[in-house]
Amino acid sequence: MLVLVIGFVGIQFIPTNLNQSGIIPKEDIIQYYNPPEGISAMLKNSCYDCHSNNTVYPWYNKLQPVSWLLQAHIDKAKEELNFSNFKTYSKRKQKSKLKSIISQIEDNEMPLKGYVLMHQNAKLSDKDKTVLTSWIEKLKDSL
Amino acid sequence: MKLFRLTLSLAAVILFSFTAQSCTKEKKVTESQPMTEMSGDGHNHSHNEGMAHSNESKTERKAVSADQQKPDRSKLLVAGYLQLKNALVSDNSKEAAIAADGMVKAFKSFNASGFSSDQQKEITEIIENAQEQVEHIADNADKIKHQREHFEVLSNDMADFVTIVGSDKTLYQTKCPMFNKGKGGIWLSETKEIKNPFYGSKMLTCGSVQKEI
Repeated sequence: MLVLVIGFVGIQFIPTNLNQSGIIPKEDIIQYYNPPEGISAMLKNSCYDCHSNNTVYPWYNKLQPVSWLLQAHIDKAKEELNFSNFKTYSKRKQKSKLKSIISQIEDNEMPLKGYVLMHQNAKLSDKDKTVLTSWIEKLKDSL
Repeated sequence: MKLFRLTLSLAAVILFSFTAQSCTKEKKVTESQPMTEMSGDGHNHSHNEGMAHSNESKTERKAVSADQQKPDRSKLLVAGYLQLKNALVSDNSKEAAIAADGMVKAFKSFNASGFSSDQQKEITEIIENAQEQVEHIADNADKIKHQREHFEVLSNDMADFVTIVGSDKTLYQTKCPMFNKGKGGIWLSETKEIKNPFYGSKMLTCGSVQKEI
């Protein structure tokens, strides 16, 4: 038991990097493609914490192993899709990603259920999903 | 009343024939990719306006003259792709994942030397995207729906890839009009016989050959 406590306290001293940038690059999808207000809000609230260079961290991120877990999620998410440098992707890749985004949302795979549980404002209603995927579809077809 | 019933059934037949047409009729339109001529004044290659009919992509595929192609280089990838395609036809998600894994390795070790710098740029871009598709397929050995979504994107990439690099086999670009919420999806096949990888046993013969590559 003591070992656990010491272990727990010990890991608190291990630092983790924070995924925060402060700047919004011009290659950011919102910055470049200029969606309507509602769409931007949905992207930011439901996607950006993992899929951008700017995560809004919860208070409990100060604790390990939460910080590790979140970092692992974010690293994996950004590798898959990063809205902050979306415009740096080739057109082929942009279209491909947009297609995947639509199917992930429609299949209820994204945003992650666990994430939505902890962030109620990330929840997308059926109507939200329709509005969001329509815009994404239009963007994809225009490329 | 009788006339009304007759008109209604006639209308129904006409309507049915339109909808049935897309899946049951096999349009064997095989326009072969034209061989671009070598111009006499020493240009290395000429661009041809592509005949791509992919619903999704607006880009035209630039045909490469036969002696610019290096079909040996794509052998592994084409074989892997067909293996993957056939696994999806058989509704075999695990087999699809295995084939995809082979393709990941083949993409990583692809040698693009000897192509023009424009072609190399295109090849790199295609591989970057296609590799992600096969990685996803390899990682989803029990989610065939997800694999099929990525397979559709991969098929478009492979069609573009083979247009540049060439293929040791004749391939038939085949379209399923229903996939992708009715937008349609293509696949490449080693045979003209229709065996649909998007729906497998649920709708095995849905599709029509568009062209030879």
